[in-house]
Amino acid sequence: MIAEPSNSHRSAFMAEVIESAPGGERIVHCLQCGSCGGSCPSGADMDYTPRTVFAMIAADQRDRVLRSNTMWCCVSCYFCTTRCPQNIPITEVMYALKRISIAEGIAKEGDGPALARTFTGMVEKYGRSFEFGLASTYYFFHKPGSMFKMGPMGLSMLSRGRLSLIPKRIRQIDQLQSIIKKAKELGGTS
Amino acid sequence: MKYAYYPGCSLESGSAAYDVSVRSVMESLGFQLDEVDDWNCCGATEYFTQHELVALSVIARNLALVDKQYEQLVAPCAACFLNLKKTDKLMAEDRSLRDHVNEALGAGGLSYKPGTVRVRHLLEVLYSDVGETALRQRTKRSLAGLRIAPYYGCQVVRPLNGLDNTEYPMKMDELFTWLGAEVVDYPVKAHCCGGHMTQISESQAFELIRRLLQSAQDYKADVIVCICPMCQLNLDAYQSRVNSEFNQNFRLPVLFLTQLVGIALGLDWKKLGIGKEIVSAEPILREKLEQASAATAG
Repeated sequence: MIAEPSNSHRSAFMAEVIESAPGGERIVHCLQCGSCGGSCPSGADMDYTPRTVFAMIAADQRDRVLRSNTMWCCVSCYFCTTRCPQNIPITEVMYALKRISIAEGIAKEGDGPALARTFTGMVEKYGRSFEFGLASTYYFFHKPGSMFKMGPMGLSMLSRGRLSLIPKRIRQIDQLQSIIKKAKELGGTS
Repeated sequence: MKYAYYPGCSLESGSAAYDVSVRSVMESLGFQLDEVDDWNCCGATEYFTQHELVALSVIARNLALVDKQYEQLVAPCAACFLNLKKTDKLMAEDRSLRDHVNEALGAGGLSYKPGTVRVRHLLEVLYSDVGETALRQRTKRSLAGLRIAPYYGCQVVRPLNGLDNTEYPMKMDELFTWLGAEVVDYPVKAHCCGGHMTQISESQAFELIRRLLQSAQDYKADVIVCICPMCQLNLDAYQSRVNSEFNQNFRLPVLFLTQLVGIALGLDWKKLGIGKEIVSAEPILREKLEQASAATAG
């Protein structure tokens, strides 16, 4: 029989991460092999690679993990997930860390959270993404210095009919908004 | 054969060439695509970053809207495909999650039973349902002479193993050999384009884009072919920024899978959205394909 690691060895933060990520219970099996960091296209930009983050989670270093840039460098390419010899859904764990750091207010100033909020704000208003509105709002409020660099690209996109200046609203936006409201009330997923 | 069709937001504007070419190609092959009525955005990666149950409920609304007469739902966008398929899978595996998603959907008078709809990526449909025999038979203008670098990106081949090899996918490679093209075997065909990092951290994203363009150029590709709107946007629209950043002179046209399939089927280039790309593909397409026709005629 294969014994499961006992709960008493789990740090409080590990339990929190497991609770927040689908399949997250696999993190107790991390071998510290480093396949994840070695596979990651953003590994070099991270404060800590995923392997280190898993060790820090086990050591209950909640604050250091949540203040790191690691999960915000994740591009959701799933190389780590498909290569992990222990089948840890690493990308899902990165999403869970993003959610916890936003919920705690730690990540509120970053570009990643700002893009996510601006994007979903458009979806909640129109039901569809609105690229022009997203780009103009996000750059205006969060990256004003980069706006002039984006201008020529925006014009190229516009001249080829690839940039719509008017948002498209779905018919039953009320229905979508009710679903979102209810899902927010229900909170966690487990 | 008919399918429910989920174009996704990118195909309405930034990647309109993908949408118009998907519709033209499938119609000419006799496969019916019917757009899901009043579909909403899948949320890409941005809801999962904030709230998982909202992410899944927003996606599940689309699955619930698929009319009962359709057993399969086709998505050409990598992120939409992954989100739709992942939601169906998570709802099937986790009863409590399923109940929560359905409670949220219930607030809008909807519900979804996992497994009701089979989510397919367009590449699978072309490769398996249309298939080699039909594609070879229907080829009116061989792509011989054109060196194609198939670019798979991340979210179609990972993490939902089973569609193709996660490290070294081959379906697009094979498909283009059926159409007569010379397929470039380059090592980064399933590496990452940077995704939304072009908006968050340019230095991180531009290096990933540079690696892809460099590899495709080293292997002498005439054109890169994508199956994801984000990949196409990053490689095409950011190409000049990457050139300035790294003092390079890449001029690699980046097209969608169905644009080149459509050319091989002899469809009107205007109906395939050729010309909407920022780095123009027409000169190299005309040069290579006309050389090949002349050689065949000669």
